Amino acid sequence: MTYFSKLAIGILAASVLVLSGCGGGKSTEDEGLTLHRGNSAEPLSLDPHQASGTWENNIIGDMFIGLFTENAAGEPIPGMAENWTTSEDGLTWTFTLRDAKWSDGVPVTANDFVYSFRRILNPETLAQYASLLFAIKNAEAVNSGKLPGDALGVRAIDDHTLEIKLEYPAPYLPGLLTHYTSMPVPAHVVKEKGNDWIKPENIQVNGPFKLVEWRTNDYVHSVKNPLFYDAANVCLNDVFYYPTVDNNSAERQVREGRLDLNTDFPGQKLEFLNKQLPGYVRIHPYLGTTYFSINTRTAPFNDKRVRNALGMALDRDFMTAEILKSGQIPAYSLVPPGVANYPKGASVKWAGLSLEERKAKAKALLMEAGFGPDHPLEFEYVYRNTGDNPRVAPAVQADWNDIAPWVHVTISGTETQILYADLRAGEFEVGDGGWIADYNDAQNFLYLMETKTGQMNYSRYSNPEYDELVERSNKELDMQKRAVLMRKAEQVMLDDMPIIPMWYVVNRALVNPKVTGWVDNVVNIHRTRYLCIDQDAHK
Amino acid sequence: MFGFMVRRLLVAIPTVFLIITLAFFLMRSAPGSPFDLERPIPEAIKVRLAEKFHLDKPIAVQFGYYLKDLSRGDLGPSMKYKDKTVGNIIAEGFPVSATLGLSAMGLAVLIGSLLGGFAALKQNQAGDYAVMGIAMTGISIPPFVTGPVLALVFGLYLGWLPTAGLDRGQLTFTHLLLPVITLALPQIAIISRLMRASMIETLRSNYIRTAYAKGLPGYAVIVRHALRAAVLPLISYLGPATAALLTGSIVVEQIFALPGIGRQFVMGALQRDYTVVMGVVILYATLIIILNLIADLLYGVLDPKVRYD
Repeated sequence: MTYFSKLAIGILAASVLVLSGCGGGKSTEDEGLTLHRGNSAEPLSLDPHQASGTWENNIIGDMFIGLFTENAAGEPIPGMAENWTTSEDGLTWTFTLRDAKWSDGVPVTANDFVYSFRRILNPETLAQYASLLFAIKNAEAVNSGKLPGDALGVRAIDDHTLEIKLEYPAPYLPGLLTHYTSMPVPAHVVKEKGNDWIKPENIQVNGPFKLVEWRTNDYVHSVKNPLFYDAANVCLNDVFYYPTVDNNSAERQVREGRLDLNTDFPGQKLEFLNKQLPGYVRIHPYLGTTYFSINTRTAPFNDKRVRNALGMALDRDFMTAEILKSGQIPAYSLVPPGVANYPKGASVKWAGLSLEERKAKAKALLMEAGFGPDHPLEFEYVYRNTGDNPRVAPAVQADWNDIAPWVHVTISGTETQILYADLRAGEFEVGDGGWIADYNDAQNFLYLMETKTGQMNYSRYSNPEYDELVERSNKELDMQKRAVLMRKAEQVMLDDMPIIPMWYVVNRALVNPKVTGWVDNVVNIHRTRYLCIDQDAHK
Repeated sequence: MFGFMVRRLLVAIPTVFLIITLAFFLMRSAPGSPFDLERPIPEAIKVRLAEKFHLDKPIAVQFGYYLKDLSRGDLGPSMKYKDKTVGNIIAEGFPVSATLGLSAMGLAVLIGSLLGGFAALKQNQAGDYAVMGIAMTGISIPPFVTGPVLALVFGLYLGWLPTAGLDRGQLTFTHLLLPVITLALPQIAIISRLMRASMIETLRSNYIRTAYAKGLPGYAVIVRHALRAAVLPLISYLGPATAALLTGSIVVEQIFALPGIGRQFVMGALQRDYTVVMGVVILYATLIIILNLIADLLYGVLDPKVRYD
C-alpha cells in the first residue's frame, strides 16, 4: 500500500468515525408534555439580578416568582404576595406573603425578599439593571455606595410580612414588581454557594420550572417544579429554550415541528408565512416606539422649526406598509397605544395633514429658519445597521432630500451598541433608536425626555414646563389626574419635537396551533406555566 | 526530524506571542466597550465593572494582567457571560466546531482529490469540463445560499433530515450531514481544482514518462508515482484550511443552529467581549501553527527531496 492510499483510507475512516461515532442519546422525556421554545438569543446570565434581556426574562420568569407575576395576558397578578395595603400617601406598601416553598422545601420568607433587594442594589453585585428599582427608598444611595444595604426601604416585619417604602408614590408598583429585578433569590443557597448558586446542580427556585441543564448556544432545559404553589395547574413537564439567533433558521425549525414556537420571524416573509403556516403567525402591538433623536444642543437643531420640519417630511405610511411590512403602526407620539394608565395619548399637531401638505410646510419652516439655496441644510443621519433599519434609512434620506433641492442628508450605518453609545455621549446630529418599556406604564416612556435623565435623554431635551408636568404626575395619586398631567407633558414635548416618532413596535411570533394558552399581549410575556400542548391536534 | 520539530515549536512561541499582542491591541482599539448597552449601566457600577476587569488601568498594564493569567493557563472570565469563563465557553463550543470541521475536511479531501485526479486524467475532455464546472459552481455559491437550500429541500420538503440543531446536545450523523456538506462543498471545489492542476503538471514530468516507458501499468504509474507528488500542493493548502474549518464557521453554525465556537467568536467581537475573542484567537493561532507543522512533516514523508536539516 502506498502512503497516499493509507492517507486516503485514514481520512475516510476518520470522517466516518467522526460522523457516526457519537449517536445514541435519545430523550427520555414524554414528548407530549415537552415544549420547545425558540427564544431569540443566548442568555448571558440566568441570575435575575444579572440579567438584562427579554430572552433571559423568558427563562428566569419561569423559575422565579416575585411579589407580583404575570397572568397569561401579561397583566400583573399577585405572585408571592397574597394581599397588600398601601399607606395614604402612597409611600409605604405592606405585603402579606403566601405560604410557599423553595424547590428544596425551605419556606420562602420575607427575609428572602429583603436579602434579594439588598443583593441587587449592593454595588458589589454589579447588577446592570438595578436602576429600575430606584423608586424604593434610598435605593439609589445604596446602589452608589453612599448608604449601607440596611438603609434600604425594604424590611421584613415577620416571616410573612414585607414592607416596602418608596421615594415617591409609584402607582405602577405591581407592574414593576413583576420584573426580574424584583424576583427573590434563595438566600440560603446564595449565601452558601456564592455566584455558583445559579448552576443547575445548586439552584433552587420558587417558580413553576427549575433549571436542569444549560448548554451554551445550544439550549437551556428546565423541568416542572412540583413544590411550586400552583403546580397543580402547570401542564408541561419539560421546557427547552433555544437561542434562535437566525430568524430564517428558526422559521424552518418551526415549520419542521422541531420548535413549537419562536418569538420572532423574518418580517419580509409575512405573506408567505400566512399562506404556508395558517394559524401560526402572531403579531401584536408591543410596548415600544422607534423614534429618531435630534441633538437639540447643536445648531441648527436647537431650532424647533427645523426639528418639526424634519419630523413632518417623513412618509411613515410607506415605510411601515412597504418596507417593514409586519403590522407596525405609524407613530405620531412617543407613548404607544395600549399602555396602561394612559387612556388617550397625545399626538403631533400635523398628524392629520397629507404628505404633500406636510412637505410643503416643512419647506416653509426651513426657509423661515433661514435655509435656502444659498444656505443649504446639511447633516448626517446615523442608523443601526441591524434588522430592518438599513432598508428604512434610504427612504428616510429620500424623504428629507425631497423637501427642497437645498437639503442634503448623508446616511451612515453603525453597529447598534456603538450607535447607542454615541447617542448617549451626544455625538450625533440625527440618530435612529428606539425604546421598549421595562414595565407597562407611560412614565417609563416620559422619563426619557426629562432633563434629569441625562445620557438616556439622547436629544438632551430640556424644557422646564415638561419637567414640572412629569414631576407632578409622579407625585399624583389620583390615576385620572395623573394621566391628564402625563398627556399634557407629552404634548408639550411633541410640539418641541426633540425626537421624531416613527412607528410603534410590534411583537412577532410563530406559534404552532397545537400550543394552547398563548395569549398575545402588549408586554410580550408568555410564561410557560400557562402553555400546554394539544396532543390530538396533529394526530 | 526531531530537531526540526523542536526548532519549529520554538519559533512558534514568539509567533503566538505576536498574534496575542496584535489581537489584544486591535480589539481594544475598536470603539465601544463590553459595557456599552442600550440601557446604560449606572456610572458607579460601570466604574466597578471596569475595575473588576482591569479596564480602568492603562492598556499596557491590562496587557500585563492578561499575560499573567494566560501564563497560568487561565483565559479569564467572559466580560458578557456572567456565569461562565472563557475556558467553559471554548470547552463547550470547540468539540462541536471541531467535529463539524474535521468531517467536512475529510469529506472534501476525499471527494475533491478524486474529482481533481479524474479531471486531470480526462484533461480537456467532457469529464474534465463537467468536474470543473461543478467546482466553479461550488466556489461561486456561498454557504449562506447552499445551507438554507439544503435545509429546505432535505429537511422540509423531503423530510429526510433535521433542518437544524443537534439531538439534545448529541452530534449524530443525521444532524451533522447537512452542515458538513454545506461546509465541504466550497472545499471540494478548491481541492479538486488544486488537485487537477498539480496532477496535470506531474503527469507531464519526465519520471512519469520514464515509468510509462518502463512498461508499468497505468494504474501503478498514477497511484504510486503521480499521486504522491501531485498531492504536495494540497498538503500545504490543508494546514491553514483545516484550522479555519476547525474553529468553526459562523454562517453554517447560524443557519443550522449549532452551538459551535465560530458563532461565539463573531458575537464576541460584536459585543466587545474581549476575553472570549482573545481566547478563540489563541486557539486559532495554535491550531494553525500545529497544522502547518503537521503539513511540513507530511511533506517529508511524501517527498523524498525534502530533508529537515
